[in-house]
Amino acid sequence: MNSGPGRVLIGLYGLFALAASARAGVQIATKFHEAPLAYLLSAFAAVVYIVATVCLAVAGRTAWRVAVVSCSVELVGVLVVGTASLVDRAAFPDETVWSGYGQGYGFVPLVLPVVGLLWLRRTRPVPVGRPTS
Amino acid sequence: MAPGPAVPSWPGTAVVVASLLLAAWALVATVRKRPPDRAQLIGVAVVELLAVGYVATAIVEMAGGARPSALAVYIGYLFAFVLIPALAAVLARLEPSRWGSLIVMIAGLVMSVLVVRLHQVWTGG
Repeated sequence: MNSGPGRVLIGLYGLFALAASARAGVQIATKFHEAPLAYLLSAFAAVVYIVATVCLAVAGRTAWRVAVVSCSVELVGVLVVGTASLVDRAAFPDETVWSGYGQGYGFVPLVLPVVGLLWLRRTRPVPVGRPTS
Repeated sequence: MAPGPAVPSWPGTAVVVASLLLAAWALVATVRKRPPDRAQLIGVAVVELLAVGYVATAIVEMAGGARPSALAVYIGYLFAFVLIPALAAVLARLEPSRWGSLIVMIAGLVMSVLVVRLHQVWTGG
């Protein structure tokens, strides 16, 4: 799972983990009171990206399961926050990674979890050396 | 504090031109199912050198009293700017297949986007 196209995904997820963490860190450190909800979501997105990056890079069934969960959470997050940021602009006065379905990042945050889940479906671990019961 | 005059544009232009050329070259390799070749790694090294040159220019500007509109964000971007070509080179070496070339291509695109972002963060635009 952690080679071939998987490495491209790990690189992209790592990049977004870095971007989201840095953005959330600056937002929370300098202007948390302005939009606590948006900035907490920024931080949450950062954590999800970090978990996904690590679990895509690590082999094993548990890592695979956690990667599926984090990619799913990410897909739901970008859809919910993307919609919410368009419907209720007042609650999202500042950009987060997921605002406007990730348009500030070329919509990559919207495409990434879909590609991630497709890749994980192809790399579903099969029990090795274990009798099937 | 009002943002000072922007960092001279030519180091940024140099990074954009080099990284887009690199991205195009790596895209051709990806389509042809070729692993990253020597030319790509030299290209990454050139982009990295130009990025270091850009950062040096920015540091000289800031030492001269000029300030970006958001200093912490700008410095964060500068770090990412010099890290990305290096990380891309490591990942590309780990992945000697067409996917390594795709990594190089993405890094090239990200570097040109970062030049634009650095300029925006400096001017506050």
